Amino acid sequence: MSDAPSPAKTNGAKGEELGGDALLSLYRSMLLVRRFEERAGQLYGMGLIGGFCHLYIGQEAVVVGMQMAIKEGDQVITGYRDHGHMLACGMDPKGVMAELTGRRNGYSKGKGGSMHMFSVARTFYGGHGIVAAQVSLGTGLAFANRYRKNDNVSLTYFGDGAANQGQVYESFNMAELWKLPVVYIVENNRYAMGTSVSRASAQTDFSKRGASFDIPGEQVDGMDVRAVKAAGERAVKWAREGNGPYILEMMTYRYRGHSMSDPAKYRTREEVEKVRTEHDPIEQVRARMLASKRASEEILKAVDAEIRKIVNEAAEFATHDPEPDPAELWTDITR
Amino acid sequence: MPIPVLMPALSPTMEKGNLAKWVKHQGDKVKSGDIIAEIETDKATMEVEATDEGTLGQILVPEGTADVAVNTPIAVILGEGEDAGALNNFHAEAPAQQPSQQQPAQQQKGAESAPPAAPSGPDGSPAEAAQTPAEPQSAVAAPPQPVEPEPDVPEGTEMVTMTMREALRDAMAEEMRRDGDVFVMGEEVAEYQGAYKVTQGLLQEFGADRVVDTPITEHGFTGLGVGAAMAGLKPIVEFMTFNFAMQAMDQLINSAAKTLYMSGGQMTCSIVFRGPNGAAARVAAQHSQDYSAWYSHIPGLTVIAPYTAADAKGLLKSAIRYPNPVIFLENEILYGHSGPVPRLDDYLVPIGKAKVVRPGNHVTLVAWSMGMSYALKAAEELAKKHINAEVIDLRTLRPMDSATVVESVKKTGRCVVVEEGWPQSGIGAEIAARIMEQAFDYLDAPVGRVSGKDVPMPYAANLEKLALPSVAEVVEAAKAVCYR
Repeated sequence: MSDAPSPAKTNGAKGEELGGDALLSLYRSMLLVRRFEERAGQLYGMGLIGGFCHLYIGQEAVVVGMQMAIKEGDQVITGYRDHGHMLACGMDPKGVMAELTGRRNGYSKGKGGSMHMFSVARTFYGGHGIVAAQVSLGTGLAFANRYRKNDNVSLTYFGDGAANQGQVYESFNMAELWKLPVVYIVENNRYAMGTSVSRASAQTDFSKRGASFDIPGEQVDGMDVRAVKAAGERAVKWAREGNGPYILEMMTYRYRGHSMSDPAKYRTREEVEKVRTEHDPIEQVRARMLASKRASEEILKAVDAEIRKIVNEAAEFATHDPEPDPAELWTDITR
Repeated sequence: MPIPVLMPALSPTMEKGNLAKWVKHQGDKVKSGDIIAEIETDKATMEVEATDEGTLGQILVPEGTADVAVNTPIAVILGEGEDAGALNNFHAEAPAQQPSQQQPAQQQKGAESAPPAAPSGPDGSPAEAAQTPAEPQSAVAAPPQPVEPEPDVPEGTEMVTMTMREALRDAMAEEMRRDGDVFVMGEEVAEYQGAYKVTQGLLQEFGADRVVDTPITEHGFTGLGVGAAMAGLKPIVEFMTFNFAMQAMDQLINSAAKTLYMSGGQMTCSIVFRGPNGAAARVAAQHSQDYSAWYSHIPGLTVIAPYTAADAKGLLKSAIRYPNPVIFLENEILYGHSGPVPRLDDYLVPIGKAKVVRPGNHVTLVAWSMGMSYALKAAEELAKKHINAEVIDLRTLRPMDSATVVESVKKTGRCVVVEEGWPQSGIGAEIAARIMEQAFDYLDAPVGRVSGKDVPMPYAANLEKLALPSVAEVVEAAKAVCYR
């Protein structure tokens, strides 16, 4: 726990208590990501998913909370730890899972894989494999919004590792210079692959990384979906109203390794266990709902069962969907 | 002794300029640092300062004169005690409009340099000029321009002579009028009117929302442009030169070129990256190299490199409408060269089509962009030796129209490829391989390659000249494959 400020240190205020329906909806969305990722991990172990596979387990509150803060038309773009973002954007779990298994009904017809998926219909712009490339791309989405004079906002996600790439600051500069409607969301899960934040970053408070450009920023307890939603609403409002970019540093944690092949020797089991038991984003909501009697055990069980069914169907689909037609090798190179 | 004031070179590639205005007049006293005239280059209007003290004895080139070759004496400064009588001994070396054959190489003068105060020779003429060989500077001298219009240009279409620079500007302006999603961004494209003046006037017509000055931030603005293209806009991203695009290589290749494929055809990226490519003049290794082979290696990219003003216009318009990322390689030296452009409402040149520019039956010369200059001059030389060279301008490097090349080789049996880039893994190597695969039985000699030398571009004038291809090398290579 050496790198993470405790949630109490963050300056993002706790969000308003949410109503029962909203809470249940958040719970459901986070649970879908969790169960989907667990299943993806299994399929990877069975050899059905190949290559790199970066799981989002532990970080669910970030993307689910942010998604509650935006409206239709707003864009989402992220790096390679992207399954959660796609599900939160409403993309079909079957299509996502089938892409992971490299099948023809995957979102990219099996040609992109885990790190490269897109949905124009859901305004999800990827899914980018090169660390921080999505930051300038997401700034370009915001540029297009300003060019078209619409009121859409680009949510541009990146990690604590990407935050040290040069193009992040090139993008910050242009975004503030031109007052582009973009919210930069730094998902600080404390490790860039195996390198902890303090070993890689001179300024470990990523919310201050826009300071020299006059971009406002705040640290948010990224394990508390209420805080994420509340901060997201502030940031999105700021950007939508023409004030330019905003930085949200989400203090979060990934339970699994960087990718499936990462033994995660750079941290202790105790560290992971502590976050799981004390700060798990899904358990927090579950406990709160039960304590305040806004949802019963029965209702939560029903949600669990529904999610298991969705994930089972996705896995089933992704296992039996055929591989791409060999002719697909030569399509989609140019239009 | 009267001191001549010579037409200064105000940029690395300037060959001539217009004498816009005399600020000082005949008989005026001048001292070093005084502004004496304004020169209009193809990039900007520049002030000329005196470097000597004295009296402006005679103006040799009146204001308003166009196309004054670099190093032409434009005025004479009389030293203390000298009077106009001294001018009788002074003979102007070259009248203003003459070509630059007798002028010394001048492109080494930086943009910031004042007019050269050349030491005078015994007869009062500039000593440098007197020592200059009659050989024109290879790369910078005006290359011959083919005059044939595209086959699909209606007969009787009026041809307008314009520079490649103007043709490119007109192409962008026409497409911006046609489609509100088209915008141009890059360093100095708006208020400065383009580092090479290619975007001149666009800001005035289209405003700052569509003609966007960027910070010096290639990696960032390339990614931003690609993102805007993914959102459905049609950006034209200008690189001040393609040398700087190496900072943005990841976005060009990993983001722009591959996303259509990686998204299973969902995410299009209609974007043009354009700017000067290839050897400039006397700017050394980091600012002088040819990226033709680099970009042509990448599936997903379309790579265009025009030689004529007409092709520049027609191909850029096609590129802007193309639903794929296009690398549009221009050439700084060609910007100022003029050629006929059809006056049509919508002149489009098809992407992916080479053009037989000069028919012949003894040997095929393949080139593009600046390489065409060597190939066409070599063809003229070869004709004198009774070798009829067929010259093909590739125009598009990817997708490469190898069918046109193969067809020609089936007729000639011999081929020489001319490129400014390096030989290893070059376009010439690729064409040689394709000819071997597709026309092996027709070949009467191995395919010849004339390329830039396998060295970083040197600065020294003589070394730079050696590093680049030359007309003589093309002639020799053509003779060699003809066993002559």
